[in-house]
Amino acid sequence: MWEYSEKVKDYFFNPKNSGVLEGADGVGDVGAISCGDALRLMIKVDPETQIITDARFQTFGCGSAIASSSALTELIIGKTIEEAMKISNQDIADFLGGLPPEKMHCSVMGYEALQAAVANYRGEEWVDDHEEGALICKCFGIDEGMIERTVRSNGLTSVDEITNYTKAGGGCSTCAEGIEGVLERVNAEMVAEGLLAAEKAFVPGVVPRKVKEKKVVRTDAAAKAPLTTLQKIKIIEQTLEEIRPSLQRDGGDCELVDVEGNRVIVKLTGACVGCHLSSATIEGVQARLVEAVGVPLIVIPAAPVH
Amino acid sequence: MEPAPVYLDNNATTRCDPKVVEAMIPFFSEQFGNASSMHAFGAEVGGALAKARKQLQALLGAEFDHEIIYTSGGTEADNMAIMSALETQGDRDEIVTSAVEHPAVLSLVAHLEKTGRAKVHIIGVDAKGRLDMEAYRKALGPKTAIVSIMWANNETGTIFPVEQLAELAHQAGALFHTDAVQAAGKIPIDMATNEIDMLSLSGHKLHGPKGIGALYARKGTRLRPLIRGGHQERGRRAGTENAPAIIGLGKAAELAMEHMADEQTRVAGLRDRLEKGLLQQIGNSFVTGDPDNRLPNTANVAFEYIEGEAILLLMNRQGIAASSGSACTSGSLEPSHVLRAMNVPYTAAHGAIRFSFSRENGDADVDRVLEVMPEIIGKLREMSPFWRERDNQAFNPTYA
Repeated sequence: MWEYSEKVKDYFFNPKNSGVLEGADGVGDVGAISCGDALRLMIKVDPETQIITDARFQTFGCGSAIASSSALTELIIGKTIEEAMKISNQDIADFLGGLPPEKMHCSVMGYEALQAAVANYRGEEWVDDHEEGALICKCFGIDEGMIERTVRSNGLTSVDEITNYTKAGGGCSTCAEGIEGVLERVNAEMVAEGLLAAEKAFVPGVVPRKVKEKKVVRTDAAAKAPLTTLQKIKIIEQTLEEIRPSLQRDGGDCELVDVEGNRVIVKLTGACVGCHLSSATIEGVQARLVEAVGVPLIVIPAAPVH
Repeated sequence: MEPAPVYLDNNATTRCDPKVVEAMIPFFSEQFGNASSMHAFGAEVGGALAKARKQLQALLGAEFDHEIIYTSGGTEADNMAIMSALETQGDRDEIVTSAVEHPAVLSLVAHLEKTGRAKVHIIGVDAKGRLDMEAYRKALGPKTAIVSIMWANNETGTIFPVEQLAELAHQAGALFHTDAVQAAGKIPIDMATNEIDMLSLSGHKLHGPKGIGALYARKGTRLRPLIRGGHQERGRRAGTENAPAIIGLGKAAELAMEHMADEQTRVAGLRDRLEKGLLQQIGNSFVTGDPDNRLPNTANVAFEYIEGEAILLLMNRQGIAASSGSACTSGSLEPSHVLRAMNVPYTAAHGAIRFSFSRENGDADVDRVLEVMPEIIGKLREMSPFWRERDNQAFNPTYA
């Protein structure tokens, strides 16, 4: 069962502005039945003020698709077209108190529908980025332009995030390499434009390499003469930071509490608490620390705080 | 007063029968011994395990009780059967299976193929979910190590002619395994009168506990353990016996036999009445699977132009539990592989709901579902752009 916020549930069970808007000035149709979600957004616009005076939706899709559609209409009614066009998919998700990551594409669909409806109102053909760039994900018909815009507006830096936001790569997943290529290029551009910190940018294969490089440096340091307590603590901290992601993948975590001589006191948190494998985890942490620091150490778990 | 909750997701899991729990309880804190131990604590557990094995043997109509190997569940039994066959079948390294198997089989064979350990033939099905017999015959050959075809499908309830399929497999010199996780306890099984070599079942699908299952392996079938260690299960599956669960599964098997006739008649009647009522009251809906040859408890109804997760959320709000092959409930983004293999159109595959009954359901459950479903379906269709435009197809979005 998905964990939907109360607001998502409310907007799904009691959707506002659903149905047909007779005499709509602009209509935007997006999505496809094969993908499992599709949305028609209808808007009425005051020609004098350019204010969206009414909006309605019809949606084929899951709970969060319907909630996102309804939220979109609430967000745009009363705004000028210019104001409404600044609304991003993230604004829709925020309005709903957040969406599960796998459901972010529902908010992207809302964003798309608004672009399409406004283009229709202006008498333009809505093409946006969809005619641009190569088709990357064949399962869901997601092209490079779509991925690029979603990466830019949400600051995405991993393939998993792109799948969650756009569905790209969520089917047969054979396009993972293609997605990586787009992500690498767009992240690099964002870094150059000052939109993304360089260390956050996606670089293929960088994760395993980083760990190796660090190890080499550390072994050299450890091979030298006795470490000061400060150096020892720094190496312990650095090593724990490397271990933590693998604990976090299992819902757990570990933090350094204190170092007293050769006793390293750590606190296991999250899923590690009460886990019958926690003693094995401690042993594993100890082995890694001993290897890194180069002297015998005993890792002791701190009493969990309830 | 709130209406009583309605549980119609028994193909996902069943309620553990209180009589099963009662049978299990003494084996946690009172008779806790290890059956392998050389003392009285172990001996009394050993006696109870022997009885439980006889109970499961009776459900399967197995000739010998040592043809049963307890596992952690259906998935382990499926894995053991296939992995073992690849080891014992000499230079035969091909697997034949169907497109609608459970992931316990499909994920494994995909991995074996990817890692170069087996060549896999996936046999398709027709619109009713029936196996393509022509393709099946063609796939069998001198390289076939094992065939694994389910006895009954979990999503549609469609029953496969496993006894005939086993004979064909044997003509090609291949082993035949069937995943009977959905069939065991719901329809009669008599291993003494068929040629099936191996069969998997799971405790929690027949009102037994979770975490226990079994692989039936006909006497003489060459086996290689998946899990090595102690001598338990005659050296075929190591690890201290999960005594409470094995005893619970035995009791569940005994109860399933007692209720077998009820399952075929009364439970099937409930299912039929629900289906008929839904189709009568709700247009643009149809039953998937093979109505002439399926489990008595399963109904899979596709409601066109709406999406399954939304239906389930509204049903859940009314206290009704069922399941859906919709992409959005699984997180996989693709609708059910079973319905896709059957070529059910996307307009319906996303809105397919599985209602699965058990002996614990009654007429009130059917009444309740029939009372609320038309409004739920109507509400979502009112919101669906495809519904309004279904005749003139004027809704044709600009991107896919």
